[in-house]
Amino acid sequence: MIEINKLNAWFDDNHVLKDVDIKVPKNGSFGLVGESGSGKSTVLRTITGLVDDWEGEILVNNKELGPTRDKTFYRLVQMVFQDPFGSLHPRHTIDRILTEPVNIHGLGNSDARVVQALEQVGLDNSFRFRYPHQLSGGQRQRVAIARALILEPKILLLDEPTSALDVSIQAEVLNLLSRFRRELGLTYIMVSHDLAVVAHMCDDIAIMNHGRIVERATASQLADGRLEHPYSQQLYKAAGGYDRAVVDSFVDWD
Amino acid sequence: MTTQTNTSQTGLKQWLTSDAPQSRWQAKCGRVWLGWLKFTENKLAMIGLSIVIGLILVTIFAPLLAPYDPLAADLTNRIQPPGAEHWFGTDQLGRDILSRVIFGAQYTLLIVGLVAITAAPVGLLVGTAAGFFGGWIDATLMRITDVFLAFPKLILALAFVAALGPGIENAILAIAITAWPPYARIARAETITVRKSDFIEAARLQGTSNMGLITGHIMPMCISSLVVRVTLDMAGMILIAAGLGFLGLGAQPPMPEWGAMVSDGRQFLLEQWWVATVPGIAILIVSLGFNLLGDGLRDVLDPRGGD
Amino acid sequence: MSNETLLSVKNLEVTFNTPKGDVHAVRGVSFNLGRERLGIVGESGSGKSQTGRAILGLTAANGKITADQMTFHDVDLANLTPKQWRKVRGARISMIMQDPKYSLNPVMTIGDQIIEAYREHHKVNAKEARHRAIDMLDAVKIRDPERVFNSYPHEVSGGMGQRVMIAMMLIPDPELIIADEPTSALDVTVQLQVMAILDDLVRDRGMALIFISHDLQLVSSFCDRVLVMYQGHVVEEIKASALHEAKHPYTKGLLNCLPKMDGDHSDLPILEREASWAEG
Repeated sequence: MIEINKLNAWFDDNHVLKDVDIKVPKNGSFGLVGESGSGKSTVLRTITGLVDDWEGEILVNNKELGPTRDKTFYRLVQMVFQDPFGSLHPRHTIDRILTEPVNIHGLGNSDARVVQALEQVGLDNSFRFRYPHQLSGGQRQRVAIARALILEPKILLLDEPTSALDVSIQAEVLNLLSRFRRELGLTYIMVSHDLAVVAHMCDDIAIMNHGRIVERATASQLADGRLEHPYSQQLYKAAGGYDRAVVDSFVDWD
Repeated sequence: MTTQTNTSQTGLKQWLTSDAPQSRWQAKCGRVWLGWLKFTENKLAMIGLSIVIGLILVTIFAPLLAPYDPLAADLTNRIQPPGAEHWFGTDQLGRDILSRVIFGAQYTLLIVGLVAITAAPVGLLVGTAAGFFGGWIDATLMRITDVFLAFPKLILALAFVAALGPGIENAILAIAITAWPPYARIARAETITVRKSDFIEAARLQGTSNMGLITGHIMPMCISSLVVRVTLDMAGMILIAAGLGFLGLGAQPPMPEWGAMVSDGRQFLLEQWWVATVPGIAILIVSLGFNLLGDGLRDVLDPRGGD
Repeated sequence: MSNETLLSVKNLEVTFNTPKGDVHAVRGVSFNLGRERLGIVGESGSGKSQTGRAILGLTAANGKITADQMTFHDVDLANLTPKQWRKVRGARISMIMQDPKYSLNPVMTIGDQIIEAYREHHKVNAKEARHRAIDMLDAVKIRDPERVFNSYPHEVSGGMGQRVMIAMMLIPDPELIIADEPTSALDVTVQLQVMAILDDLVRDRGMALIFISHDLQLVSSFCDRVLVMYQGHVVEEIKASALHEAKHPYTKGLLNCLPKMDGDHSDLPILEREASWAEG
């Protein structure tokens, strides 16, 4: 469904992605883990056309992407952002946020689609005409997911979709995302700093550091802690909570 | 965010403050209502608002309010001091000053109204386009803006009026031409702060065109600060208009424009103070009104406060 | 850990007056603190941060604090004048905030800010203060303290900024540190490194620590004792090492809904909230 070969990207003079290769089968779920500055989000942003300066090959549905993305691409690929407070326009009602993509793509029947999209993410109709500031973080993220799904895409790019949420809300949103993958046959690429979230959501995982994939693992390998690269091992240990002795073994990777 | 049409009935209040509005219209009204509540807390802003509303009412009902014809000269009654017959006295041609001030309100309103509806959209468009596209578009538009900003407003307006010929239309045009650059700067600054935000990128990923992004997503974020700035600037516009009138470059006699009236009264300032003072006070009050209103609007429309 | 009580809070209530009515952020929180590390854990809106702020009298202007007792040693924190507060805040109790970006003054060098914090409470000359500040930067394991001393806050990374904050807060040698999500904005490994620094300093200097966080697992691996808060109430108090024996359904629910690295992709258990938890 998605294949990325030798992807390199730059921000001005910074080489932020170095020879990244990713392959995600249809209905698969691929996880990218790394710390800030690892380039994990840049992979998603390059796919969606938010990064200008890149080289390499990105194939979506066996079709190679050019330098710009057109409307048909956005019907196929959608993205959910990390910050539910920043990704919804503060002066637009939920209704407008959801209606706009329907109108842009001329899908018609926007009323019914909006109601259905809200229902899909577990929000009732009373939310429809509220402004984002009247919603909690979890509700906002549900709206953001509804906005991504309203165009009926086949691929969803998830950029830390739950890292700004409380753990109990995170569980609800992760369950929602898992259900959509099952029921709608979606393909996911999920980016997160949280190994446990990725291990729970994804089949294949890549660990990134400084723009490079340093290790690849399957969910079961990760579950057993079978990681080889010292950086991945360090991340794995760090996920276990605070342990004075473990911290002393940490090495700086910058 | 433009007009406030509210009556405070209890059922209506519930409808307005509902957390779960049933329609786009109700959501919009609720938002305006909350802004209004916040605005009414500010006493000074309310004073400003009443002055501005007063100005509008006086303009509309000028023929009913004015006791005399503002243009009718009565040379037997020249320069009468304020009294029962002429509340604010008469000028050097025996015209009733109160009536002239009342009719003068419409010129003031005309000037600020026309300048606001021409200069603000131009500034908004230039600023958002420059901020959004960046690169050479930004450089070109902003250098043009800088050229206009480099001159003091009044001097530039004087130059334009001198070139176009005196008259109230040309004065309005000149003020409008000098007023837009600061709006372009504000709009550009706001645009740059939101341009890279997630909600703009999210809209881009929905397939929104550049035009759609600017008009539908970026402009709404700029409008609040622009409205505030325009309101605060209105006092300045009134003063420039009055200044042009004073210098004989704005409204032409016998038009009862406040600045021109101050200019006429200047010759008698020491002995017959009221001829220049009364229109002067009118200018002062209306300028103050717009300033107070602008300050109050800033509190309500501050992009952080509303969200 | 000694049994001496440093801080005693009884029935703390914080109420905010908002246009939409009164909001009870903290309802009847009581605890005693010795020279130990106490974690306060809860989700957003649980009142954990407001509890920490109330202790330092940092509640926003529209908030009202009431407590049957709120004493630090023999100082009654409930009735201090602004002048008396200055003697307590910073000198005897300090607070480390979540984001160093907003807590450090952007137009002053880091060194000047640390010196200012130190000289606020200690009458020493400039040379001595500088010396102390550099020692402190060294103590928070900053490799090149001289360079950081002369840098501005925007010139250092998030993790470094938080170390600077710790240095600044610890230099007057307070007895109690309140750390409000001090590491949430940092990467996991940096987060643990910063915690280790805090851990060492607090232990070496015999300070008490209140560690406020949303991360139940992290807190329990770091602290001695944990208070779990829900909607302004403390619903459970547990020894950190006995976290898996938690009794309250909310605590258990919080632990259960965390995704685990066991390769299991089935749905996560959802926390079902019960109205009775909020009644305390």
